[in-house]
Amino acid sequence: MLVAENLDGFYGRAQVLFGMSLSVGAGEVVVLLGRNGAGKSTTLKSLVGLVELGAGSVAFEGTRIERLPSHRIARLGIGYVPEDRRIFTDLTVMENLEVGRQPARAGAAPWTPERLFDLFPNLAAMRDRPGGRMSGGEQQMLTIARTLMGNPRLVLLDEPSEGLAPVIVEEMARTIRTLKAEGVSVLLAEQNLHFARAVADRAHVVEKGRSRFAGTMDALMGDAAARAAFLEV
Amino acid sequence: MTANVVIQFLNGLAGASSLFLVATGLSIIFGVSRIVNFAHGSLYMLGMYLAWSLIAFFGRGSPFGFWGGVLGAALAVGVAGALVEMLVLRRIYRAPEMFQLLATFALVLVVKDAALWLWGAEDLLGPRAPGLRGAVEILGRRVPEYDLLLIAVGPVVLGLLWLLMNRTRWGTLVRAATQDREMVAVLGVDQAKLFTSVFFLGAFLAGLGGALQLPREPANLAVDLSIVADAFVVVVVGGMGSIGGAFLAALLIAQAKAMCIAIGDVELFGTVFSFSKFTLVAEFAIMAAVLVVRPWGLLGRPPAAARGAGAVEPPLVPPGPLFWPAAMLAVLVLALVPLGGEGYALVLLIDIAIFALFAASLHFLMGPAGMVSFGHAAYFGLGSYAAGLAFLKLGWPVEAALLAAPAIGGAGALLFGWFCVRLSGVYLAMLTLAFAQIVWSVVFQWDAFTGGSNGLVGLWPQGWLKDRTTLYLAVLLVSALGIFALWRMVHAPFGYALRAARDSALRADAIGIDVRRFQWIGFALAGTFAGLAGGLFAFSKGSISPETLGVARSVDGLVMVLLGGVQTLTGPVLGATAFTLLQDEIARATTYWRAVLGLAILAIVLVFPMGIAGALRILVARAGAGR
Ligand SMILES: Nc1ncnc2c1ncn2[C@@H]1O[C@H](COP(=O)(O)OP(=O)(O)OP(=O)(O)O)[C@@H](O)[C@H]1O
Ligand SMILES: [Mg+2]
Repeated sequence: MLVAENLDGFYGRAQVLFGMSLSVGAGEVVVLLGRNGAGKSTTLKSLVGLVELGAGSVAFEGTRIERLPSHRIARLGIGYVPEDRRIFTDLTVMENLEVGRQPARAGAAPWTPERLFDLFPNLAAMRDRPGGRMSGGEQQMLTIARTLMGNPRLVLLDEPSEGLAPVIVEEMARTIRTLKAEGVSVLLAEQNLHFARAVADRAHVVEKGRSRFAGTMDALMGDAAARAAFLEV
Repeated sequence: MTANVVIQFLNGLAGASSLFLVATGLSIIFGVSRIVNFAHGSLYMLGMYLAWSLIAFFGRGSPFGFWGGVLGAALAVGVAGALVEMLVLRRIYRAPEMFQLLATFALVLVVKDAALWLWGAEDLLGPRAPGLRGAVEILGRRVPEYDLLLIAVGPVVLGLLWLLMNRTRWGTLVRAATQDREMVAVLGVDQAKLFTSVFFLGAFLAGLGGALQLPREPANLAVDLSIVADAFVVVVVGGMGSIGGAFLAALLIAQAKAMCIAIGDVELFGTVFSFSKFTLVAEFAIMAAVLVVRPWGLLGRPPAAARGAGAVEPPLVPPGPLFWPAAMLAVLVLALVPLGGEGYALVLLIDIAIFALFAASLHFLMGPAGMVSFGHAAYFGLGSYAAGLAFLKLGWPVEAALLAAPAIGGAGALLFGWFCVRLSGVYLAMLTLAFAQIVWSVVFQWDAFTGGSNGLVGLWPQGWLKDRTTLYLAVLLVSALGIFALWRMVHAPFGYALRAARDSALRADAIGIDVRRFQWIGFALAGTFAGLAGGLFAFSKGSISPETLGVARSVDGLVMVLLGGVQTLTGPVLGATAFTLLQDEIARATTYWRAVLGLAILAIVLVFPMGIAGALRILVARAGAGR
């Protein structure tokens, strides 16, 4: 479904990605593991046009997207949930969802606020609350819900478990499994191996802007060298 | 008295409506695109002229003719705004802020000359609205019916805008984009379309404001800058991006002006004060008070830290070992020019020397101090007028009068700078322009003291400076010393502190640099040297007029600095030379030199969106790599 090859990514003049490659299959949950500053977030951003790409190609369902503007990529069906959430704090929950709304896709029931409130019951009680007056966990739910309003086929989630209480992390894992069951593919960046094992089918280990390892979670657990690449020393 | 106050109150309300329309358009555009549209006043002016023509075309007598003309003009201006966004601004969203400001300023120049070409230099008296030509009697005074209509327009537009922003998907997207436009794009919203539509709305509002004003004020070519300066004040007072704030501020300022007129002449301590001449001072006082209490405006909020990496200014290149000898040699060679005769070349060289000093003072403010001023000519002009008035009214000798120039220029910069350093970036630029416009208006209106639009004449120096050659040498020497002093300061601890403050105010604060104070002193110094240049200008020309401190001159200074490049010390001198020579050529060839200049600026900005200096650096790097 998504194949990225040899991405060179830049912030201004500073190169951060050095030939990063990865792939996500239909209905798959893939995790990017790596230390702080390894380039996980940059990789996700580069897929949705937020990072300048030097060389490299990205194909999404057969369409080359590496030179497309962000909104075109989103409309093709890639949803991006940033690490820092980036809720519109002046807008209410319903308005935040409205900004994310895009036409339905053939062959799948479109996401509506009501369906999303089933998925995130917390949000249902605060439809008219401004985004700025929500807790971190609530904002995390909202930012995912907002992205789902675009009916993406692939969701990029940047450290969804970061800074959340264990119960909420559990809920997040359930959410990801629900998405998978709905047929939505997921690519997530994580540092939490436990969380990754609970949701992911496959993993890429990112080190210094490259993919150090690619394989199933089981293969990763059996490869001590690859694990050492992202475990904090 | 009461009746008078009530009438003026109504007058103020009527005036507030147009002002609100313009200011809120400016504010909405800024919110989404982060571009301060200096050409917003030009859109207002276009609205006036287009309404004049369309109403004449549709028929002045009929209500359809009038209202059709007003609406048609507003729509046409809206389309013009959308076109400007698509053709010019869209290309420079990623360029440095200063280039964006300059591009919109170039549009001001182009639109002004286009209007001059299409409609001529004479003011065009507007038609009155059919059916609303009468007046209503209130407290024994007659209030024009049309004014009552205008009073209603403001709140109605405010209400409609509120509905648009809060009850439609488009408004939701606009509000979201105002906060984080990148995120909006990632969610699948086409920013380009959103921006174009926002420009359409903002321009439509400006055009509507202008068209509605036509029955109260003739269409004229000076309205663009005066209304945009007013709109800046309103936006700064109300809070950037706040529609309600713009409404409140427009009311406040229009009322303050109206009350000044209502009070009229008052006798105080035996002298008669004409309050009606203090409308600008009232505007200034309100802005000052608001900025002190609420720096981000009545309903505004502090700007969020910009997303993404800001462009880090490359360090200034220190002059090489041969620099000073070369500079001295250049001055020496220039000093020998009069040996070849006293022709036109000498006149041009005097201009170049003066503007090099002016540009260097602006460069000092923009480069090392990082404060972009769109009103630097105010201090140049204050210097000119101080020198001229000391010479004419006080009978001071030229030498003493020349000392008054930097003193007054510096004092003005000290006063205005105190407010300006409280803001940064585009807010600061807007404020500098507003101050410059206020100084200009005072000089323009104060006939008895400044000679009004005629200016001051007969500033020919007597004694040893009477001789052109001596005057040239004196100007050359003073300018060279002034530029030298500015350059020295850049490479002194004071200059380092300024640059530290520019690059990271927070960190500079943390290591014990009082950022605001340094910036304030820097601002005042820049004003001082600009004032000195202005003093030289007065005596080299023999006469000065309000144009000496007009906004156009401020822009000239900016273009000089940008032409030369901000990163080098020689930039402003080279820029001033190139600009003065070019302008001389163009002005002799066509009356539409402003448009030519504007188009040239646009070309520069569109072709080198990273600056000429940046483009040159890239070229040099490539050439180096190729070898
Ligand atoms: N906006 C930026 N400008 C410049 N450099 C950046 C920017 N964002 C990240 N970097 C640099 O790029 C590299 C990769 O950063 P990235 O955010 O992709 O890491 P990450 O793997 O997501 O780390 P973390 O686990 O801390 O989120 C780091 O060295 C970082 O310093
Ligand atoms: Mg990250």
